[in-house]
Amino acid sequence: MTRALISHAPLGDTSLPNVDMSTSLGGFHLPAPILTASGCAAAGRELDQFFDITTIGGIVTKSVMLNPRSGRATPRMAETPSGMLNSIGLQGPGIDRFLEHDLAWLEERGARVVVSIAGGTVDEFGKLAARLRTARSIGAIEVNISCPNVEDRGQVFACRAGTAAEVVNAVRRHSDPRMPLFAKLSPDVTDIVEITDAVVRAGATGVSVINTVLGMVIDTDTMRPHLAGVTGGLSGPAIRPVAVRCIWQIRQAFRDLPIIGMGGVRSGIDALELVLAGADAVSVGTAVFHDPSAPIRIQQELQRALGSRGFARFRDAVSFAHRPVDTRTEVDDEFDFITE
Amino acid sequence: MVVQVKGQILDVRRAGSYYVMSLTAPGISENARPGHFVTLGIGGAETSMVLRRAFAIHQVQSRGVYGGTLDIVVSVHGKGTQWLVDRRRHDPIDIVGPLGRPFVLPKEAVSTVLVGGGYGSAPLFMLAEQLRERGCRVDVLLGAGTEEKLFGALELKRLASTLTITTDDGSLGHRGRVTDLLAGVMDSSDAAVVYACGPMAMLQRVAQIAASRQAYSQCAVEEAMACGIGVCMTCVLPVIGEDGVTRMLRSCTEGPVFRGDRVRWADIGTVPADTLGAPTGGGH
Repeated sequence: MTRALISHAPLGDTSLPNVDMSTSLGGFHLPAPILTASGCAAAGRELDQFFDITTIGGIVTKSVMLNPRSGRATPRMAETPSGMLNSIGLQGPGIDRFLEHDLAWLEERGARVVVSIAGGTVDEFGKLAARLRTARSIGAIEVNISCPNVEDRGQVFACRAGTAAEVVNAVRRHSDPRMPLFAKLSPDVTDIVEITDAVVRAGATGVSVINTVLGMVIDTDTMRPHLAGVTGGLSGPAIRPVAVRCIWQIRQAFRDLPIIGMGGVRSGIDALELVLAGADAVSVGTAVFHDPSAPIRIQQELQRALGSRGFARFRDAVSFAHRPVDTRTEVDDEFDFITE
Repeated sequence: MVVQVKGQILDVRRAGSYYVMSLTAPGISENARPGHFVTLGIGGAETSMVLRRAFAIHQVQSRGVYGGTLDIVVSVHGKGTQWLVDRRRHDPIDIVGPLGRPFVLPKEAVSTVLVGGGYGSAPLFMLAEQLRERGCRVDVLLGAGTEEKLFGALELKRLASTLTITTDDGSLGHRGRVTDLLAGVMDSSDAAVVYACGPMAMLQRVAQIAASRQAYSQCAVEEAMACGIGVCMTCVLPVIGEDGVTRMLRSCTEGPVFRGDRVRWADIGTVPADTLGAPTGGGH
């Protein structure tokens, strides 16, 4: 497919400041820190029409399961204030077709790839990890633990430390020991640090935060739930403060844990906020539905935002908001302000 | 080729219950075929409306003072479409297109019938012109709830051998539904293909009537979309493939035009049990 010329987001923009944008996710080196978010970029092919997908950090593919899956009935989506609710039900081709069709294309295209996997049982996660073992072009695996556990009344794995750890442990055991594993955490928990601790002990290299926030919309004309699946995942700018809070809390507890941040990022400044909170890389999701070239635009905006704040390296901005407060200076500033 | 361009509003004008908007869309209008659609980013950069809005391409001019331009027909349903029709001349607008699979045109000069429900007639103008250029006979049926909700009757009259109008309230044309009269129109022109765009219930009936007369039907669906480019998986409906297997297909990239005999119209809004990968008992 040939790519479009994007009039408002020129590629190879010469006005970009000189900032080293490279980052690392537990040994997976990225030349730039912006990734797509799982479920918002399919397997990269559609977005490659709008920008060169090899120029962003990488593509996080839509969660793949062992078998083909139809997903849920429609309606699957509702627009909400500064966000959207979705209940797709992990529609997908299954791992075999994913490997031969989607991953093969990404490999040929030369994109850096994070494969997201999802399962209904712990065993399914293990089998998926085993299937990915022979694939050479995968930089990291993201484990979507926000799926209902069929063996436990549909309770979501991510919501309890024990089940979250079981899944990660199964994936770890069946994966190449050097493969970076990221557990994608749900914000719908009482203590996200406790869940992080559990998945790290179970072998996760790092965490992806946050998955969507569980929500619901009722259609006031039909006076019934709007989504066929009744509840859905809320995403978009509405949830960004929740993402910032979760990243912050995890970074406070784990100084060096690799974190992929996501949740409502639609500009470079939004991405910077997650980086300052502790994200080593940032996934762009729902913003793609508003602007299909959002990932490259946001990456360039982030580079400008870093440059204008005097950062020579992206890495230096990671967790920068956690730096100790220099009390004296800030008090002085305040005095100056008051006396004027 | 699909492109994202920064276009401009050229004109917004009323047409009955609807608005016709002309936009500059360089790189899109040149490649647009009947049945293609565009999506527009709405509300500006800081908008609370995060999803694009999709519109069938109504007309295109590939050259002119403004380069490529296109027309869409907007029915105001909510805040997003209201924002759109409130735009003024020269306001910028982010456009992605041409999207989707267009109508398939017959190789031979056969008789065709075009059926439009409400502003579903919007993509039928370009189609009628191109069918005429191929020497096809074109008969048109337009239906809507009321006269104000009919779109483009005068212009279509110029392009069609016959134009039949129905309204639910009888305010113009025959009282009733377009599908009440479709069989008669098809029989009198010996139609080989029916093209339709409108509500699902209308499309379902059109597909049935076409099949009963051994004619092909090409139906453009309108499903709620989030992305319009094939990534979000919200706009799916059950469609039977060449292999006889039902899959949940995206109306944005595998449609919006489907063969009427392939869509499981009665099952839209559900996942039929025999769909590839359908949920099995007990699971999610």
